[in-house]
Amino acid sequence: MKLIVAYIQPQKLNDVKKALFDKAVYKLSVTNALGCGQQMGYHESYRGVDVEVNLLKKLRLEIAVNAEFVDATVDAIIAGARTGNIGDGKIFVLDLAECIRIRTGEKGNEAIG
Amino acid sequence: MRIVSKLKLLMWSVLLAVCVMVPLGVMAQDAEVAGAAEAAVEAPVDAVEAMATALQDNINIVWTCVAAFLVFFMQAGFAMVESGFTRAKNTVNIMMKNLMDFSIGTLAFFIVGFGLMFGATNGLFGTTHFLLSGADWTGGDWNFTFLIFQTVFAGTAATIVSGAMAERTKFSGYLAYSVFICAFIYPIFGSWAWGSLLDGGGWLEGLGFCDFAGSTVVHSIGGWLALAGAIVVGPRIGKYGPDKKPRAIPGHNIALAALGVFILWFGWFGFNPGSTTVGDGEIGRVAVTTNLAAAAGAIAAMVTAWIITKKPDGSMALNGALAGLVSITAPCYTVSGFGAVAIGLAGGVLVVLSVYFIDSVLKVDDPVGAVSVHGVCGAWGTLSCGLFNLDGGLFYGGGLKLLGVQAIGVLAAFAWAFGTGLVLFFVIKKTIGLRVSAAEEARGLDIGEHGMEAYSGFQIFTSM
Repeated sequence: MKLIVAYIQPQKLNDVKKALFDKAVYKLSVTNALGCGQQMGYHESYRGVDVEVNLLKKLRLEIAVNAEFVDATVDAIIAGARTGNIGDGKIFVLDLAECIRIRTGEKGNEAIG
Repeated sequence: MRIVSKLKLLMWSVLLAVCVMVPLGVMAQDAEVAGAAEAAVEAPVDAVEAMATALQDNINIVWTCVAAFLVFFMQAGFAMVESGFTRAKNTVNIMMKNLMDFSIGTLAFFIVGFGLMFGATNGLFGTTHFLLSGADWTGGDWNFTFLIFQTVFAGTAATIVSGAMAERTKFSGYLAYSVFICAFIYPIFGSWAWGSLLDGGGWLEGLGFCDFAGSTVVHSIGGWLALAGAIVVGPRIGKYGPDKKPRAIPGHNIALAALGVFILWFGWFGFNPGSTTVGDGEIGRVAVTTNLAAAAGAIAAMVTAWIITKKPDGSMALNGALAGLVSITAPCYTVSGFGAVAIGLAGGVLVVLSVYFIDSVLKVDDPVGAVSVHGVCGAWGTLSCGLFNLDGGLFYGGGLKLLGVQAIGVLAAFAWAFGTGLVLFFVIKKTIGLRVSAAEEARGLDIGEHGMEAYSGFQIFTSM
């Protein structure tokens, strides 16, 4: 079992969702995130005073999958989120120790699916 | 204790003295008034009549100014409606557009527009009255009142376009547009229909065209310009999917949108009843027709949306109230209360169908429904004069003549505003630029165009 965590550009969410659904990955969680990276920030100004903003709005996706779905999921996220510009985001794949479905008490591979 | 009771006694006696003296004084005054009245009987009756006329003139001026201030407040209504119906990341941009189209429009109308609309006409437009010239601007109280009243109307026409082009239009391109509408496009058409309200005149009013407060002159002109602008600038990214079907891009604050609609409804009590420019009972009569149509429009739009989507959609009902108001703007002075209800009901149904039609069939992206509310319902309201006018309407035995004239006016407004709008926005697109980059549109115009956010410190979920 793996936990895939991805940070993407907010406006690419619909494309990523569609790409995941096409690969039969239907379960994901999405949260707001602020982050900084290679994209660097941008400058705002408020009433004449310069404000440097280096935390940009991103979305964080969390998807728990069984081993055989890892490549398909990563490929789908790349397909949906990639524009080729700096700022497209990153994907992290983590080992997942356990997964429990609260309603039934199922554990492991069955609980993810 | 004794001192206190003495003080009390003193107070009572003073009070008693006052009670006795005051009526005596009043009686003395009464005697003086009676004497003056006897003198007045001998004075020429003309003086009294002159005083009554001056009083009525001043009441007219006060009422027209108050109405102008109410119409000005509609700018706030438009700003709230448009920002509520669009995404949070474009709010500063919407506020700036609403502030600037009124500010630029005011100067453009003052310098050029007012003269084109109300100056002595050359047959097509006015040629005098530019920059406070051509008329009596020294002691002429009415002329200043008329100028401010007409300025806020021009500002209303200008601000309609902002909503239809929201969320993707380049700010500098929009500023260029707002010069031209208040300097040329609005006033030239206005001179055709309303020029004779001051020193001008026009061919439409010569035909007997009926547009009391501006369903066509203000709202349709703004609505058809909005249609041209929305077509030239193109839909927002993500509005139409790969299958060409429209996708919802929900507005970020329906409470703001509702506040805006209530402000507009309130302002319309200046827009329509104010257009009498006379302080008498007609104010109340026009306020009643205006209010009836707005209420009927809101109900009809709610029911229509309820039937089509199985839910009473709040944003459609809000559009419906505005649809009723736009529809009754032309006929508000010339129809009965029952006529007003019928006109409002039809406007409310029409606006919902029109929003679906423009969104799904024409595939023109109008985020706030401005084209449907102002263009389509403005045209309906203007035509409704030909049906419901107590004097000359088809349903009251007036025949088809007025309806024909109204149709000519509606078509002329469409041809003029849509035609000049297409040219204007196309020229802006080729010179200044009309649209922001895709990256800026994704991040929001607040940061891209203005370098600041409307809701700094709030984390707003932005996935569209």
